[in-house]
Formats: sequence, C-alpha cells, structure tokens
Amino acid sequence: MNLTSTDYLNILPLLLVGAGILISLTVEMYSKKSVGFLSWFSFLLHLLVAYYSLYTVNNVSSVFGGMMGTGGTVNIFYFIFNFGAAIVALLSMDYIKKAEIYFGEYYILLQSAVLGMMLMASATDLVMVFIGLELMSICFYVLAGFQRKNVRSNEASLKYFLLGSFTTGFIVYGMALIYGASGSLNIQSIFSMLSAESTPILFYVGTLLFIIGFCFKIAAFPFHMWVPDVYQGAPTSVTAMMSTIGKAAAFSALLLIMLPLIGSKNPQTFTPLFTVLSAASMIFGSIVALAQTDIKRMLAYSSIAHAGYMLIGLAAANDTGASGIVFYLAAYAFMNLGAFGIVSLIEGNGDTEGTIESYAGLSDRNPLLAGLLALFMFTLSGLPPFAGFFGKYYVFIASLEAGNVWIAVLGALSSAISAYFYLRIIVVMYFRKSDVASDNIITESHTSLLGIVISAILVIMMGLTPGSIVRLINSF
Amino acid sequence: MIETYIPLFLVFGFAIIFAAGTVMSSGLFGPQRPNEEKLSTYESGMKPVGTAFERVSIKYYLVAMLFIIFDLEVIFVYPWAVQFISLYTDPAIGTHAFYSMLLFLVVFEIGFLYVYKKGGFKWD
Repeated sequence: MNLTSTDYLNILPLLLVGAGILISLTVEMYSKKSVGFLSWFSFLLHLLVAYYSLYTVNNVSSVFGGMMGTGGTVNIFYFIFNFGAAIVALLSMDYIKKAEIYFGEYYILLQSAVLGMMLMASATDLVMVFIGLELMSICFYVLAGFQRKNVRSNEASLKYFLLGSFTTGFIVYGMALIYGASGSLNIQSIFSMLSAESTPILFYVGTLLFIIGFCFKIAAFPFHMWVPDVYQGAPTSVTAMMSTIGKAAAFSALLLIMLPLIGSKNPQTFTPLFTVLSAASMIFGSIVALAQTDIKRMLAYSSIAHAGYMLIGLAAANDTGASGIVFYLAAYAFMNLGAFGIVSLIEGNGDTEGTIESYAGLSDRNPLLAGLLALFMFTLSGLPPFAGFFGKYYVFIASLEAGNVWIAVLGALSSAISAYFYLRIIVVMYFRKSDVASDNIITESHTSLLGIVISAILVIMMGLTPGSIVRLINSF
Repeated sequence: MIETYIPLFLVFGFAIIFAAGTVMSSGLFGPQRPNEEKLSTYESGMKPVGTAFERVSIKYYLVAMLFIIFDLEVIFVYPWAVQFISLYTDPAIGTHAFYSMLLFLVVFEIGFLYVYKKGGFKWD
C-alpha cells in the first residue's frame, strides 16, 4: 500500500470538513458566545466544500489502497450533503434560539454527521461504509434528542437510537456473511467473485441483511415504524436534515452495492425484493399520509412514499435508474429542506402542535411564505415544471426500460393519491379563514428565509434543466 | 500426547489447593467475631440487596464513558508503539507511521481538552 500526497489532495473535501469540526470544537470550548460564529462558520465551510466537490467532479480516482473512491457520483453526493447542510445551517440560525437549543454543539454534531455521510458515499469498502454510517447515525441520535426538556424529543431520540442500533446489527451481520462468502470486504473484489461461476447462498443472505439495514435508514415500508415519531419529535431543523441528506447518504450506500451489480451477468438479482419494498412504501406512505393532522407527521409519511419512488430506480437495476435516483435525491433534498424550513418558522414555541389547521389563512398573514410552501407542495407532489416531477420521471423511465411496467403504473397511481394531501395544505392556506386560536406567531428570520429561497431556486432550476444534470451524473 | 499437559494439570491442581487452603485456613486459625455487617455479601460498598431500579448519579455514566474513550486510545496506541520500528524502517511507510499517529493524537487531545474545559472531570 502506497500513500501519496495525491491521496490527501483527493480527499480534500473530507479533510476540510474534519478540520472544520476540530476548529469548531476549539472555538466552542474557549468562547462563551460561539454559537453565532459557529453557525456562519458551518454555513461557509459546507458551501466551500460543496463548491470544491463540484469543481473537482471529473477527478475520478481510488485512494488509500481501494478503501475509498473520489470524483464522479461521489462528488455529486458530496455536493448534495454539503449544500444541504449549508441550507440547514441557515435554517437553524434563528430556529435553535426559538427551540431553546442554542448551543454550539449543535453545529459540531451537524458537521460530524456530514463527515459521516461523506465517508459513506465515498467508501468502496464495507468497513468504511460502517464507519461512515455510525458517525452519521450517532450524531443523529444525539441531535434528535437535543431538546432535552421536551418529552417528545427525548422519545424521538430513544426510539431512533434503539431501533437504529438494532438495524446496525443487521448491517454488520450482513457484512460478516458477505465477507464469509467472498473472502473480501472490498466491493469490487466481492462482485468480481460474484460474476464468476456460482454464488454461494451465504452471499445472498448477507446482502439481504445489508439491504434490510439500509432500508431502515431510508425509511422504506416494513422498516418505517420509527419515522413519524422521530420526525415529529426531533427539532424541525434536525428533521429537515435527517429526512433529506440523511436519506441521501443511506441511498448512496445502497447504490454502492447496486452499481457493480448493473455491469454484472445477472443485474436483476434483487429486483423482486426492491419492487415489493418500493410498491409497499409508496402505497403505505401515500395512504397513511392522507389521515394525518400534524404537518411534520404528514411529511414523515410522504418521506416513506418518496423512499418508495426512489427504490423503483434500484429495482430497475440499470444506469438510467442509478442516475435517476441521484437526481431524485438531490431534488427531494432541496424541496423537503424548503418545506421543513417553512414548518420550522411557523411552528409555535414549546409544545405547540404544528397542525395543518394552524396553516389556515397563511396567505393573508404571510403571502410570501404561503407562496413558497405552495411551490414546495407542488414539487413534492410531482407536478411538471419543478424538480420533483423529473425525479419521478427518470425512475419511471428506468423501470420501463427494465421491462417492469406495473411498478411504474403503481408509482403514478400513488403520486395521484399523494397529490391530495399535498394540495390539501394549499387549500387550507389559501381558502380557509384563519381563526384566532390557530393564529400563532410566525418567526421573523432573514437567514431561514434565505435558505428557503435558495432551496426554491434550486428546485425550479432542476425542473428547468434536468437533462444537463442527468447527463453530468451519467458521464461517470 | 497427554504428557505435554501434565504441567498444566499440576498448575490447576496447585491453584485449587492453594485457593481452597487459604480460605479454609482463615476459618480454622483466625478469630471468629461475626456481626451482621461482616456476614453480608461484599459488593464494593454498595447495598447487596435492594431494588434493581435504583437511581444512580449521572456522574458515574460520564466517568464510564470517558473511561471507554481513553481505553480505546490505548488500544490504538499500544500496537502502534510495538510495531513502530518495523513500520518506520519499511520504505513504503517511513515517517508516515509517525505522522498518522500524531494526527490521531491531536484529534484525540482536542476531544480531551473539550471534556476538560466543559468540566467533565469535575466530580462536584
């Protein structure tokens, strides 16, 4: 194994975030009033790393003796994580004052979680996947329970921790079986062994356990139990992060094991499994979301449904599917960040419920926020001119190419169902008079508004030029 | 074959005799002045019988957690120290062996400093 200085240059995004964490820790412990500085520091750091990742996107290489890869899709994931985290930093600035979690550790944990995600996306070795996953998950467990005095937040943290660590056991056991079957933890050598004559049954069992573990992290149907409670109980800015870039990170690990399979002899090995998972997630998420009265719970169930749409791309097991998922993840990240940003502004102090009814008459009280939320609801439901539509379009096309027509039809049907609950919010905002009881205070926050507007611009831009982005993803 | 295990059996036998002998000899030769405290089970100063759901001060958990962290540091540093000469003389690794551990320790000590600054080592 030779370690050269180019290795370090190639993992510069990771080193920058790592150095950022150390600087933040040092600042936090020596200064009493560090939170304001740390929020802007994390924003600028993640923005810089996001820019650098896109700048070096063509620099495809393998570093540290095949433990990690950089460039190409990995850098696109870096961009999604870091740009998302920068928006989360903007959204958090005023929110964490309101939620009474005004501590510098919030931003340190945010940066550490992003570092974990980046490790996961760049890993080409199962051990690295595990390290990244744990770094991300532990930060999320802590962040979910950051409102120490709020019972719901504590419940969210405990549920997420217990179920999350249980499924981590599945992932490790899966990795152990894969190692037992193939004698290697490196993804490339595992799959080169797979394309040889016969594959031991142990390999399939191991991969199945691995997939189950990550289906928990992406919130797919039979493993979704934690999602509504955790998303509702966690501080809204944390929910925004978990549901968007956290999901993207888990998908990057699933793509890691699916991408080598695409080029192999038998690409559709796991298609039946993913088809069932995606169909169940879409239908379950869309139908249960209809009955929700709390906006965070509704967005949680919609998150389950969106995991289902993304799994269509994995079920297709072709290049269109893979690039479709990456596009969908980016689109979903920015539209959900915007939606949760608005929710974080409108939700009351303390235990006030974020019911959908409290959005009544928002168009009179704050037309700008109502307009932006309407935009995010349109794009989440997948209406044409925005990014959400093209995300769905690419995964449906992929599944048609793979000859899997009925799952695309099911996806379209479930989109139609989901349009009801997304558009219901718009109806409540514009056509319902606000009564005094629900007339809660909207937080004035320029930084949050900036974050929401940036998300909106990205969502519109991705809807206008989806082809060029998909071509960029496809070129690797 | 079995002969090679004879020393092992001897050690086991000696250990059993020694352990049983010392415990019994204290009963045989020592003065016996029992009271209730002496006869109860020794549990490092804790009450041996009581509710299992007793509330424990959070400081214990903090100490336990910090102990794990520093224990892990030793796990990484010890094999590195043992192998350092052979790593250093390997032309493919060289000074890299030194600097990577230095980097690890710097990262680690910043965490250590953080715990110190936040009062993690204060008992009161």
